[in-house]
Amino acid sequence: MSSIPLAAYLMLALILFCIGLFGALTKRNAVIVLISIELMLNAVNINLVAFAKYSINPGLTGQIFSLFTITVAAAEAAVGLAILIALYRNRQTVNVDEMDTMKR
Amino acid sequence: MTGEMIAFFFLALTAIAGGVLLINLTNVVHMVVALIFTFIAIAGIYVTLSAEFVAVVQVLIYSGAITIIMLFGIMLTRHQEKEKKLPRLKVILTGLAIGLFFLIMYGKIKDLDFGQQNAELHIDNTKKIGIELYSHYVIPFELTSVLLLVALIGSIILAKRDDDEKEAKK
Repeated sequence: MSSIPLAAYLMLALILFCIGLFGALTKRNAVIVLISIELMLNAVNINLVAFAKYSINPGLTGQIFSLFTITVAAAEAAVGLAILIALYRNRQTVNVDEMDTMKR
Repeated sequence: MTGEMIAFFFLALTAIAGGVLLINLTNVVHMVVALIFTFIAIAGIYVTLSAEFVAVVQVLIYSGAITIIMLFGIMLTRHQEKEKKLPRLKVILTGLAIGLFFLIMYGKIKDLDFGQQNAELHIDNTKKIGIELYSHYVIPFELTSVLLLVALIGSIILAKRDDDEKEAKK
C-alpha cells in the first residue's frame, strides 16, 4: 500500500509536460528543442507507470509500454540529431527560426 | 507524513527544479546538465511507483545515452555564448496558452482516484517484465529491434558527409 495519491504523480507529470512544451515552443536552439521534447516524453512515461500501479487492474502493461516509449524516444533523438548536424553542415546555424527553407 | 511521502516530495522538487533551470539558464551546456537532475529524479519517482527495472533503464538511457548524445550535438555545432531570446510578446502568448492548458488539465486530474488495489508489482519486477516481453509482447519486441536498426542506419546516412557534394564544391 502506498501513501502517495495518484493525483500527485499526475500533477508532477503535468508540470513537467508544461515545462517541456514551453521549452520546445520558445527556445531557439534546436538541441534544446529536442531535449525539451525528451522531457515531454518523460512526463508521459511517468503517467504510464503511475497508471500501471494505480489503475483498476494493476499490472505490468504500463511499465512495458513505457519501455517501448523509451526505445522510440532514443531512436527519435538519434535521428533528430543527425538531421540537425546535416542542417548545420549546409546552413551553418542551429537556430530553429532560421531553418525556413521550405517557407521561402 | 511517511518516509515515502518525503522521498516523493524531494524527488518531485528536484525534477521540477531541473525543468525550471532548463527554461531559465542561458548557456546551452548548463541547460543539458540541469536536465540530468530531472532525469535522475524521475528514475527515483519510478522506484516509488515500484517499477525498478524502468528506473534502471531511465538512468541508463536518459541520463547516460541521450544526455551525452545531446552534449555531442552541442559540441559539434557552433553556438553564440548567450542564447538570444524570442520576441517578448510571443513568449508571453505561448506562456498564456500553456497556462490555460495546465489549468484545464489540473481541473480534470486533481481528484482522480481509482482506489488502491493491493498490487505487488515490485516482487520479481525484472523477471516478470522479461516473461511478459517474451510471451505476450514478443512481436512488438522484435519490431522494436527493426526500428532501432532503421534509426541507426538512417542517422548514419543523414549525418554522413555527401561525397558527391564534396566533389561539386571543389
